[in-house]
Amino acid sequence: MKGLHWTIAIVGLALGVLLAMQFKLTTEINKTEPVQRTQLVANQVNGLKNDRELLQGEVNSLRSSLDEISAGPDDAELKEQLDRARILAGVTELRGPGVEVTLNDSNIALKPGENPNLYVLHDEDVLRVLNEIRAAGAEAISLNGERILASTEVRCIGPTIVLNKDKRLAPPFVITAIGDPNTLESSIKMKGGVAEILQFWGIQVGVKKMNQVTVPAYSGGLKFDYAKAAG
Amino acid sequence: MWLGFLLGMLGMTVGIFIGLNMPLVLPQAYAKFLSVAALAALDSVFGGIRAAMEDHFDNSIFLSGFFSNALLAAGLAYTGERLGIDLYLAAVVAFGVRLFQNLAIIRRHILKKSYHKKENTH
Repeated sequence: MKGLHWTIAIVGLALGVLLAMQFKLTTEINKTEPVQRTQLVANQVNGLKNDRELLQGEVNSLRSSLDEISAGPDDAELKEQLDRARILAGVTELRGPGVEVTLNDSNIALKPGENPNLYVLHDEDVLRVLNEIRAAGAEAISLNGERILASTEVRCIGPTIVLNKDKRLAPPFVITAIGDPNTLESSIKMKGGVAEILQFWGIQVGVKKMNQVTVPAYSGGLKFDYAKAAG
Repeated sequence: MWLGFLLGMLGMTVGIFIGLNMPLVLPQAYAKFLSVAALAALDSVFGGIRAAMEDHFDNSIFLSGFFSNALLAAGLAYTGERLGIDLYLAAVVAFGVRLFQNLAIIRRHILKKSYHKKENTH
């Protein structure tokens, strides 16, 4: 009977040491640099996401209060000015005749040894089309439902492009532009124009004239931290 | 049996104390093996408790089972890793299933005992 208790105590001792070691090892692993760094970065991302949601809520409430004020019985001239300013700033949905330009990656089968980069739609190609339709007098433009503002950038981030600082878009791209449909169409399709260059690489360019297109409003915030009106 | 249980708990407390205060920390590469060994040891202990409840507890079986299971599990996990087979998963599943089975049987025994006690007092 005595031997029995002795073994049980030994087994308990061994189990205790084993569990304690395991516990120490696990805490050690959690303390290591990569794990901690990942947790830190994940926390930061979550914090920033919350911030962004709060700011978006602020933008929405400010915008609705602006709507309320502009709906009030104010000076008609002032209201007209405000409407004009909002159209210029791109924070109102606009409608009118225009075109819809569709861009998609190349459908040419790659020959072995060829650089696939040449056949992929790039941010530069999108920029070129945008530039062309702006030159042709487009009054309002959106890309995949994202309004193009005066301050909008089109940047390459891996397989997608980003615009308006945080909106990621993937092909196919649909550019909606309000303006004279005929001029806009010709500006893309003209000889030696942007469509011809892109089609050389097999990139699919489609232009559709529309009687009525809708360009959505810009949904983000506009901030001028540094620029002030001069004089 | 209760004396044995108490002694075991005492041993475990001392063991945890020793383990936590030991200056030695195993390299992280061995974490997997140690975890499997710990699982095997836990399984053996619950097996021992179950055997004690069924009144066929054998000292030598318990002692040898405890150490050989732990070492074998760790060893198998190590071999598996050398060979590119996740034997450690097999050990986790096998011991995990056994652990829960043992727990279930122990629970039943405890329930049965309390039931008998009630009947005797009434």
